[in-house]
Amino acid sequence: MAVRTLTINDKLVSSPEGATILQAARENGIDIPTLCQLDGLSTVGACRLCLVEVGPAGRLQAACVTQVAEEMVVRTETPKLREYRRMIIELLLTERNHVCSVCVANHHCELQDLAVKLGVDHVRFEYLHPHLPVDVSHELFGIDHNRCILCTRCVRICDEIEGVHTWDVSGRGTNARIISDLNQPWGDSPTCTSCGKCVQACPTGAVFRQGSTVAEMEKDRQRLRFLLTAREKREWLV
Amino acid sequence: MDLNELNGIAADQQASRKPCVIRCCTAAGCQSAGSAAVLKALQQAVAEAGKQDAVEVRSVGCLRLCCQGPLVQLDPDQRMFQKVRPEQASSLVAALDGGTTDAEPCDPAAPFFALQANVVLVNSGRIDPEQIEHYIAADGYQALAKALTEMTPQDVVEAVTRSGLRGRGGAGYPTGVKWSLVARSQGERKYVVCNADEGDPGAFMNRSVLESDPHSVLEGMAIAGYAVGASQGYIYIRGEYPLATQRLQTAIRQAGRLRLLGTHILNTAFDFRIDIRIGAGAFVCGEETALMASIMGERGTPRPRPPYPAESGLWGYPTLINNVETFANIPQIIRRGADWFASLGTPKSTGTKVFSLTGKVRNTGLVEVPLGTPLRVLVEDIGGGSPSGYIKAVQTGGPSGGCVPAHLLDTAVDYESLAAVGSIMGSGGLIVMDDENNMVDVARFFMGFCMDESCGKCIPCRAGTVQLHRLLTRILDRKATRRDLVLLEQLCGMVRETSLCGLGQTAPNPVLSTLRYFRHEYEALLRGERRHGGPHPDDQ
Ligand SMILES: Cc1cc2nc3c(=O)[nH]c(=O)nc-3n(C[C@H](O)[C@H](O)[C@H](O)COP(=O)(O)O)c2cc1C
Ligand code: SF4
Ligand code: SF4
Ligand code: SF4
Ligand code: FES
Ligand code: FES
Repeated sequence: MAVRTLTINDKLVSSPEGATILQAARENGIDIPTLCQLDGLSTVGACRLCLVEVGPAGRLQAACVTQVAEEMVVRTETPKLREYRRMIIELLLTERNHVCSVCVANHHCELQDLAVKLGVDHVRFEYLHPHLPVDVSHELFGIDHNRCILCTRCVRICDEIEGVHTWDVSGRGTNARIISDLNQPWGDSPTCTSCGKCVQACPTGAVFRQGSTVAEMEKDRQRLRFLLTAREKREWLV
Repeated sequence: MDLNELNGIAADQQASRKPCVIRCCTAAGCQSAGSAAVLKALQQAVAEAGKQDAVEVRSVGCLRLCCQGPLVQLDPDQRMFQKVRPEQASSLVAALDGGTTDAEPCDPAAPFFALQANVVLVNSGRIDPEQIEHYIAADGYQALAKALTEMTPQDVVEAVTRSGLRGRGGAGYPTGVKWSLVARSQGERKYVVCNADEGDPGAFMNRSVLESDPHSVLEGMAIAGYAVGASQGYIYIRGEYPLATQRLQTAIRQAGRLRLLGTHILNTAFDFRIDIRIGAGAFVCGEETALMASIMGERGTPRPRPPYPAESGLWGYPTLINNVETFANIPQIIRRGADWFASLGTPKSTGTKVFSLTGKVRNTGLVEVPLGTPLRVLVEDIGGGSPSGYIKAVQTGGPSGGCVPAHLLDTAVDYESLAAVGSIMGSGGLIVMDDENNMVDVARFFMGFCMDESCGKCIPCRAGTVQLHRLLTRILDRKATRRDLVLLEQLCGMVRETSLCGLGQTAPNPVLSTLRYFRHEYEALLRGERRHGGPHPDDQ
């Protein structure tokens, strides 16, 4: 396989042709924040947290969807990137009702982790406080739209891994919503197999297992890895 | 159908032409002013006068001065009449023989008409858009015949490249370069797509072209298909354009019947079909990757590029996407030559551009001028200036564009000059503003548009436009502090640099350009002064 040599944060790294900047960075122990990306799922480049500066002009490119190229020069931590990433988190926190102290995902939430890591200690934008429903019609799971960041991981895992496509997105702009089937209660979904993959994939407390109380929802990402390895490599390793 | 038969149709059409023609505009602008009734009354009046053999009443496309519709023009003497009412029909027919009419005249020698060019709109207002014979008699489909019989696909690409034509959909990407990329792309199938989504507020250029001369777009697409090796084309048109859609359907049917579309076009081995896909009125579906998703039956949201459509477009095959007006230029480039086209406009922005002139200006309507024409000529001479006598700014490029202040009205309308003053050419919307317009309000209007039209996929645009809109509202409500203004500018930069597609990337432009030229209006609101428009301090 052809190899590409590039520079990430002044460090010379090599990476197989066709790999993304994100993969190359992770292989080399360089951490780039992500939210919409999840190993094994297709990439959508939607959250924009993984933006990095590329080339002498420092053009911003999403690391999860940009392929490495020979002699590419990448910077993953600059004052501008730090500032933009913080703003993205602030925009998410103000867009819906993220009240961590009463959330099932408290301490197990990727949004919260990123907010801490990026030093978001205050929010400069107005809280929008939308009125959003919680759907607990499913016998095992629930979806709380107040916590949803529209990363579409649930949509993709249900479609691409479970092969069911229960979830999709309706509406546009800030009115966009995750819906099950034809915008009906999740419990009425004729397609959902209750496999729980969306629960595992969700980075926040938006899709949860019922009966979880505050801070109880821990995600088992290993389970997803296991499924993917089994599917892609036909290896059933635990 | 071969070239001889094509020429035969043209000759028959010319031979059957009656000595007098009354042209009545039935494009959407005039129809909304009641031109369908005028057309009917004119036909009746001709019949009553027993002049059917000498006078043809023709339904034509846009005659350009849409604000004065319904418009009627008499041929041969070329007199024009505006705001025509059905009861004036018989006197108009009598006027053909020198009789008097009480219909309100409209001077075809006025600067509004005289300063315009006639390339894309050459047939607009002259031929009946629902009669393919009219188009053929005006040299229609000759370019396709020439391309298919005298040129190789590479020759066609080269001609388009040499013409210097740049995409009319907004970004001004060189059309020849795009065509050669698609031509060189490998794929067992390729597609040609015409972008007729035209969602900018105040823009109606593409609609007018489709309503007035649909065959020019079909011919341009067929030539493109031949050049890049595609045999299927799609026209993606917004659902709000029923008349344009209906005229396109008629045109496609007629062209198919004459074998100018379909299989073995003009007795050659070239096959090309065109189908229409109707959008549901989402601005973002004009973005090429969202448009393709919509054609494929998916949710119309953009995806990151690369891969570009030229490499991987519809169903993963190489796809050429161009704007309506880009395609409408092609037949003439092929027929009259690349050098002729390149001689129009400026060296870097060749040809002409169609604009829809609206806002605080006397003459609103459809305007075509050579690129490089000063903005001042467009708004003061062609547009006749503003009714209040004061022009404060001209907004170009719609929600992705900016406001050019009056002191820069001598800016030439070409891709580079407009970019240099912080605006863009865009697809051709021109909105004139006077001192009644508060520029912060203008910025908020466009931000509200982007906020409503954001697809919601990426966070900076989805949530950022909402916050920008809130900040602008706070400023307008005189509740903002200086920190809000700083935050506004920071957020503009962030949304511009981090959004996934052009919608978000350009959404801050109206704010940035009004901040650049009209910062004093923001400052006045911060100081708590009453919100009003007012002239630019330099103009007082
Ligand atoms: C939000 C958005 C809306 C757009 N809307 C249109 C449109 O209505 N018509 C159009 O031709 N191009 C539109 N474009 C540009 C297209 O993506 C594409 O560049 C264009 O159709 C290419 O054609 P051209 O090279 O002939 O200009 C839009 C782009 C964006 C980002
Ligand atoms: S539980 Fe499984 S099938 Fe049901 S929505 Fe979630 S991922 Fe899809
Ligand atoms: S429910 Fe969870 S996984 Fe689905 S889009 Fe919302 S945040 Fe993402
Ligand atoms: S920039 Fe706006 S319209 Fe474009 S993908 Fe992002 S949310 Fe959608
Ligand atoms: S992780 Fe790359 S855009 Fe979300
Ligand atoms: S629509 Fe009739 S003149 Fe433009």
